[in-house]
Amino acid sequence: MKQVALPYQEHEHKGLLKALKLQRMASFSKGMLFLLPSIILFSVFLFYPLGRTLYLSFFLTNSSGQTTVFVGLENYMNIFNSPIFLKSLQSTLLFVLYTVPGTILVSLFLAIIANEKLKGVGLFRTMYASTMGISTAAASVFWLFLFHPSIGWLNQLLKLLGADAIGWLTNPDWALFSVSIATIWMNSGFTFLILLGGLQSIDQYLYESANIDGAGYFYKLRRITLPMLSPTLFFVITVSFINAFQTFGQIDMLTRGGPQNETNLIVYSIYQDAFMNYQFGTASAQAMILFFIILILTLIQFKLGERKVHYQ
Amino acid sequence: MMHLVELKQVSKSYDKNVQVLHSIDLQIEEGEFFVLVGPSGSGKSTLLRMIAGLESLSGGELKIQGRLVNHLPPKERHLSMVFQNYALYPHLTVEQNILFGLSAKKVNKQEQQKRLQEAVSMMGLGDLLKRKPKQLSGGQRQRVALARSVISQEPLCLMDEPLSNLDAKLRAHMRTEIRRLQKKLGLTMIYVTHDQVEAMTMGDRIMVLNEGEIQQIGKPIDLYNQPANLFVASFIGSPRMNLGLAVINQNQLIIEDTIKLSITNQDIPKIIKRSGITIGIRAEHLVYATQEEANLHLDVVNVEQLGNETLLTFEVGSQLWTAKWLGQWLINAGERIPLKINLDHISFFDSQSGQIMQTATASQDLKVVAL
Ligand SMILES: Nc1ncnc2c1ncn2[C@@H]1O[C@H](COP(=O)(O)OP(=O)(O)O)[C@@H](O)[C@H]1O
Ligand SMILES: [Mg+2]
Repeated sequence: MKQVALPYQEHEHKGLLKALKLQRMASFSKGMLFLLPSIILFSVFLFYPLGRTLYLSFFLTNSSGQTTVFVGLENYMNIFNSPIFLKSLQSTLLFVLYTVPGTILVSLFLAIIANEKLKGVGLFRTMYASTMGISTAAASVFWLFLFHPSIGWLNQLLKLLGADAIGWLTNPDWALFSVSIATIWMNSGFTFLILLGGLQSIDQYLYESANIDGAGYFYKLRRITLPMLSPTLFFVITVSFINAFQTFGQIDMLTRGGPQNETNLIVYSIYQDAFMNYQFGTASAQAMILFFIILILTLIQFKLGERKVHYQ
Repeated sequence: MMHLVELKQVSKSYDKNVQVLHSIDLQIEEGEFFVLVGPSGSGKSTLLRMIAGLESLSGGELKIQGRLVNHLPPKERHLSMVFQNYALYPHLTVEQNILFGLSAKKVNKQEQQKRLQEAVSMMGLGDLLKRKPKQLSGGQRQRVALARSVISQEPLCLMDEPLSNLDAKLRAHMRTEIRRLQKKLGLTMIYVTHDQVEAMTMGDRIMVLNEGEIQQIGKPIDLYNQPANLFVASFIGSPRMNLGLAVINQNQLIIEDTIKLSITNQDIPKIIKRSGITIGIRAEHLVYATQEEANLHLDVVNVEQLGNETLLTFEVGSQLWTAKWLGQWLINAGERIPLKINLDHISFFDSQSGQIMQTATASQDLKVVAL
C-alpha cells in the first residue's frame, strides 16, 4: 500500500536512476573490454615479474632460482653493507650524470642546426638520426675499435698530437667516462629525432613575427624555441634518465663491469649476481632498489616539470 | 615626390616555371589605408610578405621611404605586421606578448611600461594582461595582435586578413576600430583581404589582384563605377554587376538574345565592334517602370526581402540578373515585371579581352555626392 502512496514523480525518478546505473555498468564493462589486451600483457610481462622479484628478494635461493630459506629483509641489509653494491650505485649515478645532460645537449644542438632550412639538410638529418638504427652490439664493436689501446683511432690521434696513449677502457680513471661517451653517441640518434620533430612542430609564424619585431637569433632561441620545445624536452629527459639507469648492453660488450668495478652499473651487477653467482635473492633485492630509485626520481621530475613545462 | 612604399616591376616565382606575381607596379602614400583585395590564391599574401621581407623578390625593386630594401631583413624595414592567425606566443602572457618586440630591441623598461599602458587602454585589454592567449576569445586575441603592432610605433603596418577568423558582427565592429586606429595614429596601412566589402568600406585606395596580375588600382567608388575589366566588374560590388553577352544590330542592342534596346551611334561613340560585346549593369540601375515607360519585361525567379530593400532575381537568357530596389515590394516569383534600363548606366566590355570599352556614362559626371 505504501508504494501506491508514493508520488508519481518519485517513481519515475527511481526508474531513471536505475537506467543511469545500468548505463554506467555497460560503459564500464565496455571500457574494461578495450583495456583487456593491455591488462593481460602488462600482467604477464610486468606485474607478475615485479611481484615475483619482490617475493624472491626476501629469500635465499638455490642455483636454479628455487627459494630455500626465508630471510626477510636480510638481503637488503647485506646489500647496503656491501662495498661492491655501494660502488655500483655510485658508478650508476655518475654515469647518469654524464650521459643524460650529455645526450640532451648534443642532440639539442644537432636538432637545432638540422632544423635550419638549408639545401641538403636532409642528408645531415639522416646522418644524425642514424645511430638510432644501429644495435647496441654493433655500436659497441665500433667503439671497441676506436678505444683499442694500440690500433684504435683515438690513441693514434693522440700519438699524432704527441700525447701519451690512454687506456680508454682499461684505466679505472677513464673507463666510466669512455663508456659514457659511447653511450651518448648511441642514444643521441633517438633523442635527436624526437627533438627535431618537436622543433618542426613549432609554428613558423612565431618566428616570422619575431623577425619583424627585430628579435635576434639567441633571443628567439631563448624566448620561443626552448619554451615551445619544453614538453618534448621533458619527455626526452625522462626517457633518457630511465634508459641510463637501465644501461646494460654496452657495459657487457665494452668493459664487463671492469676495471676494478668502475663501470659495474646496477643492471650489470644484478645480471652478475643472478646469472654468474646464482644469488637470485640479492639480485632481486637490487632490482627492487633500482625500481624505487627510478620511480622516485621520475616522480620528482614530474613534480618539477609541471611548473616549468608549457603544454599547448 | 617620395612615396612611402614603391614597387617597380616586382615579380615572384617559387619554382622557375610557376610565376605567382607578374610585374607589379605600385605606389603607396604616407598615411594611406591601402587595401589589397583578390580571390584566394591570387598572390596577396605573397606580395605582402615580400614587402615585409619574409619572402625574397624574384625580380624588380622595392623601396620603402625612398630606400631600396630588396636585400634588407624585416627588422630593418621599420614596419609591423598582423598575421591572419595572429601569431601570438602561446606560452607568454598577453603582457609578454605585447612587449615581446620592445624587449627584443632592448627598449628600456620605463618606456616599455609607458607604451604598454597606452596600447592597453587604446585596445581595452586592461583586465587581460596576465592571461595566456588560449584563455582569450577570438576578438580579444585580435586586439592583442593589434596592440603588439601598435606598440612598435613603426610608421608602416601590414595586415594579412586579420578579420577572417571572427564572426560577422565582430568583424564589422573591428573594421571601424582598425580604421579609426589607423587614422588616429597616422599609420600607413597595407591591408590584405579577400572580402570586397571589407575592401570597399575600409580602403582609401584599393588594388584588385587576380592570378598575380593587377586588375585595377583606385578609390573604392571609382572601382565600383568604372571597373577596368570584367573581373573587377564582377568582383567589386554586392550583389555583383549583372552581365550579359550582347550584339549591336543596326539600331538595336540585343542582350542575351532576349532584351532588345534601341540605341543610336551617339550612345556608343567608343565602340567599334558590333558583336562579341559583354554589357554590365548594376543591380540598382535595373528599375521598375510603368507599362508605358518600360523598355523591357522580365520574369521574376526569386524574391529576397531584406527589410529595407528587396532583391529580385530575373532570368535573362542564360544569365540570372539581380535588381535591388529600396523598400518592400510584394512581388511573387513567376510574375512578369515591366522594367527600365537607361543606356547611360550600361558598361560595355570586350568579351574576348574582358577590357572596358565604354564605362557607364551616367557614373562619370554625377551620382557621387561630394560635400
Ligand atoms: N611557399 C610557397 N611555395 C610554392 N608556392 C606557393 C608558396 N606560397 C604560396 N604559393 C602559391 O602562390 C600563390 C599565391 O599564394 P598566396 O599569396 O598565399 O595567395 P592569397 O594570399 O592571395 O590567397 C598560390 O597559388 C600558392 O599556391
Ligand atoms: Mg593569403
